[in-house]
Amino acid sequence: MPRRRDAVVRRGMRHIGRAIAEQPGMFTWAFAASVLYGGMTVASAYVIGAVTDRVVLPAFATGEPSAAGLALAVAAVLGVALLRILGILGRRLFAGIMGYRLQADYRRRVTGQYLRLPLSWHQRHPTGQLLSNANSDVEAAWFFVAPLPFACGAVVMIGITVAVLVVTDPWLALIGLVVFPLVFAVNAVYSQVMAPRMQRAQQLRAEVSEIAHESFDAALVVKTLGREDVEGRRFTARAEELRDALVAVGRVRGLFDPLMEALPTLGTLAVLLVGVGRVADGATGPGELVSIAYLFTLLALPIRAIGWVLADLPRALAGFDRVTPVLDATGETPHGSTAAAGRTGGAELALRGVEYGFDGAARPTLSGVTFDVAAGSTVAVVGPTGSGKSTLAGLLVRLVDPRSGQVLLDEVDLRALREGEVSTQAAFVPQGTFLFDDTVRGNVTLGEEYSDEEVEAALRVAAADEFVRRLPEGLDTRVGERGATLSGGQRQRLALARAVVRRPRLLVLDDATSAVDPAVEARILDALRDAERPSTVVVVAYRQATIALADEVVWLEGGRVLARGSHEQLLAEVPGYAALVRAYAQTEVAA
Amino acid sequence: MTATVAEHRSEGALATLRRGLRLMPEFRRGLPLTFALALLATAGRVVVPVAVQQVVDRGLSGPGGPDGDLVRDVVVVCAVVVVLTAGAVYAMNVRLFRTTETALAGLRSRAFRHVHDLSVLHQQGQRRGSLVSRVTSDVDQLSTFMQWGGVLGVVSIGQLLVATVVMAFYSWQLTLLVLVCFVPLGVAIRFLARRLAAAYGLVRERVGDVLAAVSETVVGAPTVRAYGIRERTAARLDRAIGRHYRAQVRAQKVTAAVFVSGEVVAALANAAIIVVGVLLGVGGDLTAGTLVAFFFLVTLFVAPVQMASEVLNEAQNALAGFRRVLDVLQTEPDVRDPAAADPATARELPHTPLGVRFEHVTFRYAPGAPPALQDVDLEIAPRRRVAIVGETGSGKTTFAKLVTRLMDPTEGRVLLAGIPLEQVAFASLRQRVVMVPQDGFLFDATVADNVRYGRPGLTDADVHAAFEELGLGDWVAGLAGGVTTPVGQRGESLSAGERQLVAVARAYVADPDLLVLDEATSAVDPATERRLTHALDRLTDGRTTLTIAHRLSTAERADEVLVVDAGRVVQRGSHAELVDADGPYARLHASWRRSSAGEPQPTA
Repeated sequence: MPRRRDAVVRRGMRHIGRAIAEQPGMFTWAFAASVLYGGMTVASAYVIGAVTDRVVLPAFATGEPSAAGLALAVAAVLGVALLRILGILGRRLFAGIMGYRLQADYRRRVTGQYLRLPLSWHQRHPTGQLLSNANSDVEAAWFFVAPLPFACGAVVMIGITVAVLVVTDPWLALIGLVVFPLVFAVNAVYSQVMAPRMQRAQQLRAEVSEIAHESFDAALVVKTLGREDVEGRRFTARAEELRDALVAVGRVRGLFDPLMEALPTLGTLAVLLVGVGRVADGATGPGELVSIAYLFTLLALPIRAIGWVLADLPRALAGFDRVTPVLDATGETPHGSTAAAGRTGGAELALRGVEYGFDGAARPTLSGVTFDVAAGSTVAVVGPTGSGKSTLAGLLVRLVDPRSGQVLLDEVDLRALREGEVSTQAAFVPQGTFLFDDTVRGNVTLGEEYSDEEVEAALRVAAADEFVRRLPEGLDTRVGERGATLSGGQRQRLALARAVVRRPRLLVLDDATSAVDPAVEARILDALRDAERPSTVVVVAYRQATIALADEVVWLEGGRVLARGSHEQLLAEVPGYAALVRAYAQTEVAA
Repeated sequence: MTATVAEHRSEGALATLRRGLRLMPEFRRGLPLTFALALLATAGRVVVPVAVQQVVDRGLSGPGGPDGDLVRDVVVVCAVVVVLTAGAVYAMNVRLFRTTETALAGLRSRAFRHVHDLSVLHQQGQRRGSLVSRVTSDVDQLSTFMQWGGVLGVVSIGQLLVATVVMAFYSWQLTLLVLVCFVPLGVAIRFLARRLAAAYGLVRERVGDVLAAVSETVVGAPTVRAYGIRERTAARLDRAIGRHYRAQVRAQKVTAAVFVSGEVVAALANAAIIVVGVLLGVGGDLTAGTLVAFFFLVTLFVAPVQMASEVLNEAQNALAGFRRVLDVLQTEPDVRDPAAADPATARELPHTPLGVRFEHVTFRYAPGAPPALQDVDLEIAPRRRVAIVGETGSGKTTFAKLVTRLMDPTEGRVLLAGIPLEQVAFASLRQRVVMVPQDGFLFDATVADNVRYGRPGLTDADVHAAFEELGLGDWVAGLAGGVTTPVGQRGESLSAGERQLVAVARAYVADPDLLVLDEATSAVDPATERRLTHALDRLTDGRTTLTIAHRLSTAERADEVLVVDAGRVVQRGSHAELVDADGPYARLHASWRRSSAGEPQPTA
């Protein structure tokens, strides 16, 4: 246990070093401002003392205030205060900027990795985890930076104070040498005691939230079985555990806060007690005594800043540890140097012994997949859940690379093509439609130059022209985050238009029309085939009507191509195929 | 009738607090003593200035030189006061933590239970997430604020009061001077607080933009790659992150300005104290020690100002959350249990198979909206199996929600066994009428636990027997741990069809007399499909059954079919009768036959 603590401290110090090394300029400014603040805090105590000794006491003694003395006192008080305020402003501003820059910087690096790493890497990591890596984890990693310069300044300030004390009066210095380390020690003990309690509260917060999520999702079941009170008791039990945990946290904090206040105050009282004797001995003047007393009250806060940094380090390390694997992940998609063949019309596609497996999976998702798709033809890929259809679709547009075997586009291996070449030839509409928080036009063009006529023609093919026309601002209507303002079917049709406007030579649709009316879907597929230069279309499909439009059907089961042929042929020859297609058809009609 | 939550977005802070205190009696009880302790606690803060004044005036400049004994007495008294007030602070903190946490846990639990009574929960699935926040993050934020900002706020106010009293005791002239310096600042803080709120509001908005942009790179990963738009996406992200950063820096500038405003005023006050104090002292109205004590007392005015700069923003957030929780709590449930309102008039359903009667029922989801059901008047005899058929949006589901009293009709009434539904006690209604929803939601527990949800107290053996009776014994035997197999979060370790099997068993053990089935729409594999059909036959045997049918094969097996179109029942009869009649059902059926045969649909 003590060794682990040492390790945390060592790693924590390294992490602090990292922050400073990444933002040396801002840190220097913030540190300088903190030192200025610290120096001026000490100075302000001495000014108060000097004013007492040289202006206040003489004036009271003689009854004759000196105008020059008063002016000087006012100037000194205001001057020192001004510098001190500059110190505070600089410290807060530069420390803030330093922390925010680190956050922004790491957010850019993490998301840069998200864009760079291959899709297979994305598939291995849950969405929620990746989102929190880029957001809350990055924030947690650099949260301690805000009080860091203050804490570093405090260290300097304490050093100066002790030095000044030693020079002024060794006996008073002794009090400082007892009180300051004691304050620090209380801080350290506090963090130790607090950490497990905070963790437990955090854990219970998560559990309370889980119950709420589950119970509200189950609302219909809870309600129709009349179990609201049972659910209420289940939630209350956990909420009360959370309450107890939070009260336990509060008890420690409730003790710490007054302790931290009382210690410097008791120090000040000790200074007065000892100081009177020293003044009587003639070792110190009353002004110096007042200064030191004042200093003790001023130093309490900076010492606590050191505590803030130390207390936050474990959280920062935990956050940084979650971010590091993303930054360290490797695996770019290498590109070849071949240009596309420059043919026109539909592309010719060929798969040769393709095998693909997710990392760590016992069985490959696809194996020995070999088939050809003739230029301009339409092929439907059909198979039960988990047969590898979506993986196959992704391989065709090089979202992932096969473990072995080849995917050939116009007789060229996809891996040999130059970067960006695949997307000029092929368009892919994935299963989960994704729209950007942009206008309808922006979502179709994705920043490429297309005329309004081209965009409208694509919308027509995708049967999206009518609803887009009815939108308040037509093509310029913003669709909201992930297209939230549109229905599922409308989103799918926009995603289709996005593919169609590119006039791809190969169009891969991964169950991309599931939320579209079957009649509309048939119209879309017809329009694709009737185009003047028809694309080659590969479609992962469920509906019988869609499948029937294909020139050929590929029957996939357990990652292998078990049959190929026309729809009628497969219906007659493959029992599994017939059962599946019928089961899907049943659910379709009355809905 | 509208499934919404009333909102008080523009309500003032004090009004929210008053509303909150009314709803949190636990909180009100603990408050006065806590405030008394807070006032006592701040006494510790004036000890040092008083000690300094005593030491300077009487200890150091006594007639016979420094007076060690007097100083010792002063220091000891002060030390005792410091220790005592530290104890008072501790007592206050613990009290405050305990009362706030107890009150908030009560608030949390009541809000949770109340949400289950609100129809928003099942009518607007997309708002569930925000309802979860009402009982989690909103309350958490309030708790954090109360224990940090709240404590600081109480102590700060006490500190200002005590410091002012001590100052006034020493010298009213200097007190006036200090107040003249600080009162304008108090006014200015209100203005600065608004600037601060605006700056942090902007930061929050920008955080939202960053979250959205980041999620594009993660959720949209396949699209970004398939269309080769990495650079464009990176540029958008860069912009969002940059704008967030600039908003943060701006907010930091405003915070820093508020933070130092107290220091600026304190410096001015100190300078003024020196001049005025010395002049007063020369006139004999003031001692040197009192003057010095004022330097210390002025610092007590600075901390509350700095505190305000940090706490005000959080206070705004916490209040907004509080307001949202209170809004949920004060939303009246649309459907009330008659037993809760008046147990004397609530009625029980008789223990016989139940007949259903709709008397001229009309239902609108919102006033003025087109009716989801319009003037439906029909009777269903006990033990009949009825299938309800119609297109999406025709009103099928509304039917189910009315008969289970998830909602009350806008006009007309629904009767079970001749008893109007609104008179039936919920305990009796929920026991005798059970609905199997489309997605048979499972809890993160074992198969047996999920089945027991339909009737608490069943043993694992009972559950196993129930599966056997439904003809699902072989399916259960195939599970790794039989009925004790955990189903995972939301039942995800089972397939959609298997989840449906557990939901059917859950309804079966509940043993209702009227069963409402909302048929699952997702396709399941043929083997599970067969099991499900079989189990449903056993389940519905001998019970009045209303099935919202999404497949026509279900309608074929029903005793009777109701065809709903645009909120009206347009056809009623057996499958055999309807399929030959010229009407909507025949058209639906023809379309289904075509599709199953693999012919392309005629293009519309």
